[in-house]
Amino acid sequence: MSPSSSIAAEPGAVPAPDEHHEHHPSYLVDGTTVKSWLLTLDHKRIGVMYLIWVLLFFLIGGIYALVVRLELLTPGPTLIDAMTYNRAFTMHGVVMIFLFMIPAIPGAFGNFMLPLMLGAKDVAFPRLNLLSLYLLLTGAVIAIWGMINGGMDTGWTFYTPYSTHTTTTVAPILFGAFIIGFSSIATGLNFIVTTHTMRAPGITWWKMPLFVWAMYATACIQVLATPVLGLVLLLVVGEHIFHFGIFDPAQGGDPVLFQHLFWFYSHPAVYIMVLPAFGVMSEVVAAFSRKNIFGYRAVAFSSLGIAFVGFFAWGHHMFVSGQSTFNAGVFAVLTMLVGVFTAIKVFNWVGTVYKGAVDFKTPFAYFCGFLYFTVFGGMTGVAFATASLDVPWHDTYFVVAHFHFIMVGATIMAFMAAIHYWFPKMFGKMYHEGWGLVSAALIILGFNATFIPQFLLGNAGMPRRYYEYPERFETLNVASTAGASLLAFGFLISAIYLTYALVYGRRAASNPWRSRGYEWMTESPPPTHNFVGPQPTYSEEPHFYVEPKKAEVPDAV
Amino acid sequence: MNELLNNILFLPEQASTFAERVDNLHYFVVSVTMLSSLAVGTAAVFFFFRYRKRKPNQTTEYVVPSVKTEFLFVSLPLFFFLTWFVIGFRDFVFVSTPPKDAMDVYVMGKQWMWKFSYPEGPNGVNVLHVPANRPVRLLITSRDVLHSFFVPAFRIKMDAVPGRYTQTWFEATKPGTYQILCTEYCGLSHSKMLGEVVVLSPEEWDAWVKEQRKGALQNRQDALADLSLEPHPARMAEQGQKVAAEVGCFKCHTVNGEPHIGPTFLGMYGRTETLDTGRDIRVDEAWITQSMMDPGAHLVAGYPNVMPTFQGKLTGPQTAAIVEYIKTLRTPDIRTGASQGPTYEPIQ
Amino acid sequence: MQSSPATAGAAGVPYRPQVAAHFASLEVQNHAARLGMWLFLATEILLFAGLFVIYANYRFLFPEAFALASRELNLNFGTFNTLLLITSSFTAAMAVHYAKEAQNKKVVGMFVLTILMALGFLVVKYFEYEHKFHEHQLPGPYYAFPGLTLPGASAYFTIYFLSTGLHAFHVIIGMIVLGWVTLKAMRNEFSHHNYTAVELGSMYWHLVDLVWIFLFPMLYLI
Repeated sequence: MSPSSSIAAEPGAVPAPDEHHEHHPSYLVDGTTVKSWLLTLDHKRIGVMYLIWVLLFFLIGGIYALVVRLELLTPGPTLIDAMTYNRAFTMHGVVMIFLFMIPAIPGAFGNFMLPLMLGAKDVAFPRLNLLSLYLLLTGAVIAIWGMINGGMDTGWTFYTPYSTHTTTTVAPILFGAFIIGFSSIATGLNFIVTTHTMRAPGITWWKMPLFVWAMYATACIQVLATPVLGLVLLLVVGEHIFHFGIFDPAQGGDPVLFQHLFWFYSHPAVYIMVLPAFGVMSEVVAAFSRKNIFGYRAVAFSSLGIAFVGFFAWGHHMFVSGQSTFNAGVFAVLTMLVGVFTAIKVFNWVGTVYKGAVDFKTPFAYFCGFLYFTVFGGMTGVAFATASLDVPWHDTYFVVAHFHFIMVGATIMAFMAAIHYWFPKMFGKMYHEGWGLVSAALIILGFNATFIPQFLLGNAGMPRRYYEYPERFETLNVASTAGASLLAFGFLISAIYLTYALVYGRRAASNPWRSRGYEWMTESPPPTHNFVGPQPTYSEEPHFYVEPKKAEVPDAV
Repeated sequence: MNELLNNILFLPEQASTFAERVDNLHYFVVSVTMLSSLAVGTAAVFFFFRYRKRKPNQTTEYVVPSVKTEFLFVSLPLFFFLTWFVIGFRDFVFVSTPPKDAMDVYVMGKQWMWKFSYPEGPNGVNVLHVPANRPVRLLITSRDVLHSFFVPAFRIKMDAVPGRYTQTWFEATKPGTYQILCTEYCGLSHSKMLGEVVVLSPEEWDAWVKEQRKGALQNRQDALADLSLEPHPARMAEQGQKVAAEVGCFKCHTVNGEPHIGPTFLGMYGRTETLDTGRDIRVDEAWITQSMMDPGAHLVAGYPNVMPTFQGKLTGPQTAAIVEYIKTLRTPDIRTGASQGPTYEPIQ
Repeated sequence: MQSSPATAGAAGVPYRPQVAAHFASLEVQNHAARLGMWLFLATEILLFAGLFVIYANYRFLFPEAFALASRELNLNFGTFNTLLLITSSFTAAMAVHYAKEAQNKKVVGMFVLTILMALGFLVVKYFEYEHKFHEHQLPGPYYAFPGLTLPGASAYFTIYFLSTGLHAFHVIIGMIVLGWVTLKAMRNEFSHHNYTAVELGSMYWHLVDLVWIFLFPMLYLI
């Protein structure tokens, strides 16, 4: 008996028990040579490789973050000189954004889950998928080569004319980011085509899991925004080498034009980072409160809405750059709309819990942290969009705290939740629940302890990217650094018990959460071609936990 | 109340008219954020306990929001956000629109110091002297890379962009010394690009100006002054006249009202000119600066496009000095009030 | 793109395209390939859109210099190149038409014509560039043309070289793509079952043409 046939008899029910099919080995053991991994076209293996690499990049970015925080422990020079510090915060930003935040959830979990959730055997273009991984790695190697050979001190925003004049290794790092852009475009393109063409019979647009909707919206941004970044990075590299003067005022160039083009990508890029997180959380909250998403279409539409409006909000990064007052007003209102769409999501997530059956497992703990960080990060974002509050806050630690709340708070919470929620799906092993909750608590506390002081520092007026600071900011900086070490400790614990679980963990059941997400309708870990036998039939909507009223087979429990 | 909130939020003291306005919005936004997130949080925590899982494979009801609920989800945040926007944008227009009677100070950022020049007075490095209770307009530019002029106590900030002037203004409410910080990353010593605004009471201000005019620079500015910079004469307009003669402006522009190869400087500032495109413009600092840097961009009708660019030939202060010199050549009959902003028209 | 099978049909035997294992049917596979191509073209348009924005910005800042600088380009060469590219788009479209009718020889012929015209375009472009180098009408600090000293003239030539250079790069890529499709046509691969590769190749070529149709008035005419 194959699991899918039992699902066919009982729509939306938990798949059949964990049976081992010798002729359908799981993707993990189907081919064990190094080549079978490195040149695989299987979306699941590519997803796992993405996961490994982005975790490595996260480690590198995290080390830079700790260096920055340690340097800021005292008002004067603490650990490193100013040049090293400037390089450290730049590299922290570049690595975290281009090598971790942007590829993390789409690359690792999008690749793994999207075809499973759509009932497909693979993404539409498996070779392009593999290429996107290697493009990412090529870009990473070039960028890291640049980092080792001097690093860059412009800040991750590469503002001209500083970035075209500095003597640090701007060219290889920006060129690396340029190549990473192609990787991002390839992933996005692949996901859009997959969503359009690879849906299994029975999965209509309005039956797609919300993670798929979020990935679809993300992919649209990746495809449409990244080329502009590519052009801008290329121009800055060109300027740095040949001094064309396109962005250099000394030659009649316009530095503010650079900012417009840069933020035309980089503001939507924020949603490339955060929309996948929203998608993950829509899955997690439904699975762990055992309820259909409250307002499914509202959540799906709001993802598209954020993706759309996100393209027209970039000017709010330039309220104090000499932009006209009228421009500022238009961009401010459009930015508010992003806040409204996010609010719709937040209310619907809370509504999902209403009349649910909450199972407070580690992913759900991360959901709680996520909800909190999203509300505060989002509301401070809207506060920035009032334009007048942006004037004192712009480029201070308030901005730093705000975008860390969203980008780190929300996205990393989702990333951690995704790892924990899909760990049994991906590896067929179970981690230790108790340690999971402990490290989740530490990470959430650590984030707060790191970034709440930074909000206050911003209020007090401490500008970002400061190597030394006036003494009145010292207390809050010490608090922030202390929080950062707590955070690092939390991540260390997760790394330990997850690695342990990977090797020694007890074998997980096929669907340990009894989740009714579509990706659980096959075995864990899935066989190479995802589904054995005929396609499963799909319930009314993903995460449909309603008691089957006219069920022919009585409910098992 | 304000005092308490300021302490909780770690806000610096309020020392300008804008600070009071923006802080009021800040309190409002913070309170709404706290209350609404408290509501969302309480609801969430209540649900977590009330609807906890009771049996392993529990099924649940199918609950979907009514249209009314969805409408509430959209309209409630939208209402608050738009309210914030209305208040915030009103204040933003306030801070972007200098009053007509504002005193002008030219600010130039360079790696890694601030230079201040007064149209009819002295210059300063890293220390800006201003009178209390009088609006001061800052015309900001940069000599090298981007900088940003930030005074936390005044809550004002404006980028210094090389090649163009940006403006902001403030009205300090109490005498004292306030820190200036650079908030746009500008290289190695970005964090050391600090300065001070010294707000003087009217009497102190008059005394200070008098002392400066005497040329007795016996204050802290001397110690801070960067010796590598060119020496500045006391009066910017005089300097401007000197520079204009040196670089050859008078070969084409007269100062007695007669048209020559180029339009006369006499009464140029504040005059309404018709451009070759047919558009009418009022001559202001921005137009004069642009005409020096890119003469062909907005040509006055009837004059040939023969003027060479002075981009790169004039330094920021020299440009500012020439602008100030031209401003002194206003004829009484066309002099209309205070100087007009060089950048953007206010929206009202 | 994905529809390229590993094995080629022997001459004379009708070629049956393979469906990759993860696709439900050939229609789905072709639909996916076409959609993927459209999305890719969208990214290309966004890439050039960035350059158009830069052009618009500097045209606004230096209208006089840009108007005069554009007079420095050789309008005859530009017009000739435009005609060449439009004609090459026509032959590329004809290739799709013949591919549907399985007339692989004519597909080869049409694509060879297209590639020759592309080559012609590049040759003309080479002479244009050579003239610009000779006159020192070069980007940024390398600009030393005595005939036009207005500020902004160097910016015009920066943008000119950037956009035409990027476009020429696309022409070369397009030639490689079309060359590859021509090789497949030589092996008699195309029929009404299987002409996606021809269609996608010529879609890409149309984009290259379309970009030029925007670049030509932007740089040469206005």
